[in-house]
Amino acid sequence: MLLKIVKRPEPSRAMVYLTPLMALVLTVVCSMGVFTFLGVDPVEALRNFFIVPINNAYGASELLVKATPLILCAIGLSVGFRANVWNIGAEGQLTLGAIFGGGLFVYLHDVDSVFLLPGMILLGAIGGALWAGIPAFLKTRFNANEILTSLMLVYVATLLLSLLIHGPWRDPDGFNFPESRMFSESATMPLILEGTRLHFGTILAIIAVLGTWLMLAKTLVGFQIKVIGAAPKAGSYAGFSQKKIIWFTLLFGGAMAGIAGVSEVSGPVGQLLPSISPGYGFTAIIVAFLGRLHPVGIIFAGLLMALTYLGGETAQINLGLPVAVTGVFQGMVLFFLLACDVLISYRFALNRTGRVSG
Amino acid sequence: MMGIEWLAPVILTVITAATPLVFAAIGELVTEKSGVLNLGVEGMMLVGAVSAFVTATLTGNYILAVAAGALAGMFMAFLFGILTLSLMANQVATGLALTLFGVGLSALIGQDFVGTPVTALAKLNIPGLTDIPFIGPILFGQDALVYLSFVSVAAVSWFLYRTKAGLILRAVGDSHTAAHSIGYSVIGIRYLAVMFGGAMSGVGGAYLSLAYTPMWAENMTAGRGWIALALIVFATWKPGLVLIGAYMFGGITILQLHAQAAGLDLPSQTLSMLPYLATVIVLVLISKDQSRIRKHAPACIGKIFHPAA
Amino acid sequence: MTSKTIASVLGAVAVAGSMLVSANVSAQDKVGFVYVGPIGDHGWTYRHDIGRQAVEKELGDKVKTTYVESVKEGPDSERVIRQMAADGHKIIFTTSFGYMNPTLKVAKQFPNVKFEHATGFKRSANVSTYSGRFYEGRYVVGKIAGKMTKTNVIGYVGSFPIPEVVRGINATALAARSVNPNVEIKVAWVNTWYDPGKEGDAAKALIDQGADIIMQHTDSPAPLQVAEARGVWGVGQASDMHHFAPKAQLTAIIDNWDRYYVARAKAALDGTWKSQDTWAGLKDGMVEMAKFNEAIPADVIKLAEETRDGIINGTIHPFAGPIKKQDGTVAAKEGETLDDGTLLGMDWYVEGVQGKLPK
Repeated sequence: MLLKIVKRPEPSRAMVYLTPLMALVLTVVCSMGVFTFLGVDPVEALRNFFIVPINNAYGASELLVKATPLILCAIGLSVGFRANVWNIGAEGQLTLGAIFGGGLFVYLHDVDSVFLLPGMILLGAIGGALWAGIPAFLKTRFNANEILTSLMLVYVATLLLSLLIHGPWRDPDGFNFPESRMFSESATMPLILEGTRLHFGTILAIIAVLGTWLMLAKTLVGFQIKVIGAAPKAGSYAGFSQKKIIWFTLLFGGAMAGIAGVSEVSGPVGQLLPSISPGYGFTAIIVAFLGRLHPVGIIFAGLLMALTYLGGETAQINLGLPVAVTGVFQGMVLFFLLACDVLISYRFALNRTGRVSG
Repeated sequence: MMGIEWLAPVILTVITAATPLVFAAIGELVTEKSGVLNLGVEGMMLVGAVSAFVTATLTGNYILAVAAGALAGMFMAFLFGILTLSLMANQVATGLALTLFGVGLSALIGQDFVGTPVTALAKLNIPGLTDIPFIGPILFGQDALVYLSFVSVAAVSWFLYRTKAGLILRAVGDSHTAAHSIGYSVIGIRYLAVMFGGAMSGVGGAYLSLAYTPMWAENMTAGRGWIALALIVFATWKPGLVLIGAYMFGGITILQLHAQAAGLDLPSQTLSMLPYLATVIVLVLISKDQSRIRKHAPACIGKIFHPAA
Repeated sequence: MTSKTIASVLGAVAVAGSMLVSANVSAQDKVGFVYVGPIGDHGWTYRHDIGRQAVEKELGDKVKTTYVESVKEGPDSERVIRQMAADGHKIIFTTSFGYMNPTLKVAKQFPNVKFEHATGFKRSANVSTYSGRFYEGRYVVGKIAGKMTKTNVIGYVGSFPIPEVVRGINATALAARSVNPNVEIKVAWVNTWYDPGKEGDAAKALIDQGADIIMQHTDSPAPLQVAEARGVWGVGQASDMHHFAPKAQLTAIIDNWDRYYVARAKAALDGTWKSQDTWAGLKDGMVEMAKFNEAIPADVIKLAEETRDGIINGTIHPFAGPIKKQDGTVAAKEGETLDDGTLLGMDWYVEGVQGKLPK
């Protein structure tokens, strides 16, 4: 090997901002090849993926709508990931948020009150936190690995929603189709921008990002999370309770995912359906790491991820590219972004001795 | 004998349901034992499934087809290795990206093969033995991959705990700095382990498209890669328990279908929850002994290794 | 990186930038399709895409068809439908029940675009609904199944307990028991539209419990393949699947959207399109029976053909009384026929079906 990778004395500030740009350039170059190979005009393809979806105000608002649940879930997960708590069940916690929040409407559908929506959001957060509380309990009490328990509970949550929607929560005027009543005005997220679907949930996401940032930077619990994440032993010497951190991070992540769930059903969905999320809880894991577990990074990562989905739809409509191409393209974008991050902490150097290191 | 005849066909169904999980999980177990977490199992299985199917359709040679599945899975794992081992990218995110990539890539490769049937992988038939009631078809009536899945588990178990190479691999997973300082190539060993995991996922995919349901359809793994990942945690990183976990999960899935067919008065959704709940409950029961889990769980899992120069 | 590649990248970026302002101008009228699955599912979506291809073939250069596949029900579908509408599509087919409310919402914002929503029940001035009376096909199959079963057990692999699926199960039961009163139907719900492995496992479980005829209301050919491997009968779903099970497939119930799609696209182009509700069956060719298996005895084929022709000319209605519910109450008396509203919301089993529906 002519090149070797050398650790920088300390992470490069410049690279933190430069690597995404490098990844973008690499994506453009590589996708030129891939799209040409697939017989598609590469310039048109890239334009449809990155520019057309957001070249007007409506498109931009749609980007925010799509990114909102991703950012909410990712911000919650990032706190746990920092402390090495591997909650991969945000999808299930999101579903429970929708069940709890939406359930309040199902039972109080004829109540017209300004407290209905806040109540739904609160219950959504509680629902998500409760569902994440199960892995927390099993982990702290029985030492059961949260990767498995949180993942298994995703499937259980989906089936639970299906059971409710096919059964007692069906719309009585809906010919027994599996969907709830349409949410009333007072159970619907207010729109931020008339004529678009941009709703109050996006503001909730921004509040969550800011709140998480403050918590990590300024509070003791934020400090403990960072210490335990970086050096678990140091944390326990310092007298931090590992169990407390597990409980806190899981409940926090669950609550955020729960809010994402209720914000979806009382926002752009407008009712409870058997499938309310196209896997936001899983995609949010990528978003969290792509954003380097940093609140600001997560915003950008969420927007980028949302853009590739929107771009995939546009490319299908305008260019007839099958959805499979979107998957390949998304994979490629992510690979480059993740790979380029190596340059933050490391640099390439010529291997003068010619020996392979490692 | 009353009450046991019904069991044989159930077991036969469970075997086919469990086999792809066994392959994917035992391969990923080796990957994880070396200290690498690859969440891209679903993507590797799909690319393996389509490659095996296309090869079988074009050549009619099933050995070649299974090999193609393994190679395709290995190729995917190699991509993962470049990113996470050489370029030290985050393993969790890269694995998930690999799945997105694999879903798309497999659909692209397979688009001209949707709706094409292929003959199912041949099953063993030893006159005299296969005809024995009850145990005959179970023990002597399977296809080659089912036997291979058992051999794989035994071989992996033997390799990890009875060979020096296995010891080194576990050392790399438990303490990469120590293994490095003794002089082992941590990155090299991890590459091999990751690629073995990819190959086995590929074979698991091949089993789906050649034997379980001999066809190609987009996304046909339908989440089995995730179950395989969960089974490793369930097995607390012990090869034998992977086998038990896969058969338990498959078994409960099949039994709940039987319960439905028998007219059990419970909503189907509740019954469908059973395999997932059972997995959680059993994990809770076996997790109490913390020291035993620590003994088998690779300490360095998911951690980036960079050899100090 | 060589300077040449850098130059080409910069060039590409520049071109991409300059394209920002240019727009797609096309003289062709556009017809859009929104699919819930991948076109490679070989089931529901696959058949709709065949319909799209028929439009393209029939109307030739006059139209350009576009589609978006694997669009999740919920917010994503509304965005895709809206984007198609804003993009100048003349008519948009939205092909899954879950697209109902999004379709109506977008239709309100784009009164000049025509919308066609499959399997729903809400319409408006520019939203039509359409669906197939697939239960008619089930009824024909039920007659064959009732005659062909030796164990008197028909196994049914169900997706979700929605009226559409329940209707199919009931039609099968009524037909089968009309020729063989001892027939029972066992149902196994897999809680998914599409998971070949699980669908196949459900078929195996049903066969193990005595079923010698496997029917399915899920998308993949897996249950039929299992029937072939186990030497029992099966029925193709959505497409003719005989190449997956040359021996086992009794017949198949084919979704045929071609004629409808061509007619509605034409109407939208020449301005004759009107909002309507279409629930078409064997008569209009939206539901078709595949070739009957040659192994079926001639008298049974004759019975099946008579049933099919009777449904086509209106002398046979699958849900003509007397019909008893599973709990013994009467759903339709002798001489009565269940109306379309009752069929649309059907959430009870008829006599002869085992198990309970979730309430």
